[in-house]
Amino acid sequence: MIRAALLAGSMLATAPLAAQHHSAHGGKPAAQPAPEQEMDHCAIGHLPPEECAPREEPQPAPKPEIDHCAMGHLPPEKCPPKAGPESVTEMDDGMAGMDHSSHGSMTDKSAPGAAAEEAVPARALEGPRHAADAIWGREAMELSREQLARENGGMTTGMVLIERLEARIATDGGEHGYLWDVQGWYGGDIDRFVLKTEGEGGFGGELEDAEIQALYSRAIGPYFDLQAGVRFDPEPDSLTHLVLGVQGLAPYMFHVDGALFLSDRGDLTARIEAEYDQKITQRLILQPRIEAEFAAQDIPERGIGAGITKVEPGLRLRYEIVPEFAPYVGIEYEAKAGETADIARANGNDPDGLKAVIGLRVWF
Amino acid sequence: MVSFSRRNLIRSTAALAAASALPMPGWARGQSLTHANNGFGELSGDDIRLAIGNHHFMTGARSGHAVAVNGTVPGPLVRLREGQNVRLHVTNNLDEDSSIHWHGLLLPFQFDGVPGVSFPGIKPGETFTYEFPVRQNGTYWWHSHSGLQEQAGHYGPIVIESADPDPRYDRDYVVLLSEFTPMHPHEIMRKLKVGEHYFQRDMLTATEGDMSGEMRRMWGEMRMNPRDISDVTGSTYTFLINGHGPQDDLQLAFQPGERVRLRVINGSAMTFFNLRIPGVAMTVIQADGQDVDPVEVDEFQIGVAETYDVIVTPPDGSHAIVAEAMDRSGMGVASLTSHKGHRATPPPLREIPTLTMVDMGMMDHSGMGGMEGMGGMDHSMRDKSLVPGDVEVGPGVDMIAPMPMDRMDFPGLGLDKVGHRVLRYTDLKAKRMNPHRTVERKMEIHLTGNMERYMWSFDGKKFTSVTDDPIRFGYDERVRVKLVNQTMMAHPIHLHGHFFELVNGADHMHQPLKHTVIVQPGGTATFDLTANEPGDWAFHCHLLYHMHAGMMQVVTVRPFPEGEGA
Repeated sequence: MIRAALLAGSMLATAPLAAQHHSAHGGKPAAQPAPEQEMDHCAIGHLPPEECAPREEPQPAPKPEIDHCAMGHLPPEKCPPKAGPESVTEMDDGMAGMDHSSHGSMTDKSAPGAAAEEAVPARALEGPRHAADAIWGREAMELSREQLARENGGMTTGMVLIERLEARIATDGGEHGYLWDVQGWYGGDIDRFVLKTEGEGGFGGELEDAEIQALYSRAIGPYFDLQAGVRFDPEPDSLTHLVLGVQGLAPYMFHVDGALFLSDRGDLTARIEAEYDQKITQRLILQPRIEAEFAAQDIPERGIGAGITKVEPGLRLRYEIVPEFAPYVGIEYEAKAGETADIARANGNDPDGLKAVIGLRVWF
Repeated sequence: MVSFSRRNLIRSTAALAAASALPMPGWARGQSLTHANNGFGELSGDDIRLAIGNHHFMTGARSGHAVAVNGTVPGPLVRLREGQNVRLHVTNNLDEDSSIHWHGLLLPFQFDGVPGVSFPGIKPGETFTYEFPVRQNGTYWWHSHSGLQEQAGHYGPIVIESADPDPRYDRDYVVLLSEFTPMHPHEIMRKLKVGEHYFQRDMLTATEGDMSGEMRRMWGEMRMNPRDISDVTGSTYTFLINGHGPQDDLQLAFQPGERVRLRVINGSAMTFFNLRIPGVAMTVIQADGQDVDPVEVDEFQIGVAETYDVIVTPPDGSHAIVAEAMDRSGMGVASLTSHKGHRATPPPLREIPTLTMVDMGMMDHSGMGGMEGMGGMDHSMRDKSLVPGDVEVGPGVDMIAPMPMDRMDFPGLGLDKVGHRVLRYTDLKAKRMNPHRTVERKMEIHLTGNMERYMWSFDGKKFTSVTDDPIRFGYDERVRVKLVNQTMMAHPIHLHGHFFELVNGADHMHQPLKHTVIVQPGGTATFDLTANEPGDWAFHCHLLYHMHAGMMQVVTVRPFPEGEGA
């Protein structure tokens, strides 16, 4: 039952993936209300300037304390030198009565009669394409233009994230082991090269599982990347897979990574991981995490039966000494599921177990 | 000591570099760096010489590499006089290209200083001479437009004296706000790209913040964080006033009764500041170097690249000039004092603001805590039908504001609920009349981004994809431009070589002139532009790393009038 619930949970976490595209739903909000205030045709520009009254005094009769010199209505030579700060203050009191701020919402900003954005006047297309070429020479400018583009949007960068590097202590008497889960990427905003590697083994024993994925990643939405490439498993059986997956941030801030794998023997499997970072304080972060695996068919060589094959819910509490470096402790429940669990039991193996984990999350 | 071992590390890296003949900057090869002075000298006259070089800089407990001009951070105050002709000879002593852009100055486009747009840039070892007549007065600034050098210290103030005497003040000071970080700017950019929210140490946690569970889930559903105020914070920045950190005890002297003009310049790379002098009212007389009708306020927010000139008449004593970062992760502090040596005590940092639904471009159902109306919300946070067809809604766009409203009357995040007078764009009114012009064309530019991937753009297209598709204006064309912010960050948008008029409710001919306008989160801001400066001009978000990520365009103004230029 628990497994079923966990599975449902992990499915839920992936569901928003499909809900990413909002564009089709949702009505347009009501159009802006039509301007109903009486329009000032001069201010808006309906009337030529000569038909407009002088604009100096749009307000009712000026209050006597208004300082025309300060407002710039009189040429400087007609203004006596300022007496001192007092006159400034008086002026302000006068202005306060006018309260310009309340006009803001009433202003008509639509500029009726103005041409549309596309109606670029013909003269705007005259002259040289790059004005600076005519002065400094095309060659010199061409180089600096390339640099300008590089420096304003053309950046490529990368990172390495060691998501989990941990010792796993079996609480039920099994073998203690270790695990790594690392990914790195390099590229621009849209296209990236991604490397992922994951594996585990027993202390004193040999490497049990290891895989390396080399993927091309392309942003397909604001939050998700589509990833395709190859996966090679040096352990347990030197298998190669084709990979197709998505990785990104689902609503409610779940980090999700799901992929389909097609092995060189024609077996189809899938894996989904989801995790959530809950800040307890600015540095102390609780991370629930779940991973589940599926198979489309039995894979006897790996002791796998068709259906859900594995579920691993875990909980890790990390402390970010700096954001790049955070030790953690946690627990993880590892369970083979369905037919795969039956196969394990039939072979005399324990299909599940609870691990205490201690490790490091590091990026650079 | 940390700095000692760091230097050793640099030396050993240098040896490695020499062995492998890797191209490395001189400062990383261990050439000894002179220490840059905090603060700046002053240069004036018809010929002004500036030299850009690598230095070492220190403030408080933080120290590191800096790009200094004439050996100081910030670089020298360039004091000009309206009507003069100036030649600025700029020597680049770096190992990489450099440049100086004269921010807010009206000049021939080829001397605007943007490599790749106005000129080829200044090569290492070269001296470039900018020459132009000074056609304006006011407070401006200059900075590098190459790479991310501006973050490293390559900026300074410009003051242009009015041709006519200005009787409004007895004494004036530049108050240049900026940041220092020991982290290399390219590393900051990388961390922004790969480590979501790396610099933010005030996010909502399970144990902090008074937001309801329902609201938290709503933000989570949108995959956004309501504490995403500033991308880079006090966790790596020390906030500077005139190159002095809070511990450096900068003092500005005055005599009681004097009218002191503070020329406040936000020369930072990424930080919006809330500026106040507790107990002292400020009268704003200029915005972006252009005179406005006086407005008395107690505090104002200044976006990156904006300037405000204020007059204060402080009473006898010491007063703290407090430039608090918008996300309250630190402050720049100086003392305005009539007693030499007295240091004013700044107030403590206030609590970080939390974004609201209005910042997501939704209607303000205040106090509703996510009831009806929210049901449909998850369907409408990225509705492509709400934006014109020329906006590319791809991976670089994570949100489309459902109902962006004009927010010109919003004083800035964190200032909407303070109990004293704050400045709003709607308070600004040009002091001098602007020419009467009719709007001939109107356009919309959408500010777009993806916080998770750290992608920023105009109309969903990074600069790299529009290098052959500039924004075109006809010479002398009058255009009304509406900027629609489809993101939950405030963007200071700067147009080079021009002043536009904010459509802020001031009467048609007194709309305030600005070179940079803040577009509030999920809101709109509109300006009228008379494109009367021919040439090619940069147009970009002045948050340095947003520009670096692609939030940039080129504006062309054609043709050149008869007998002029190209």
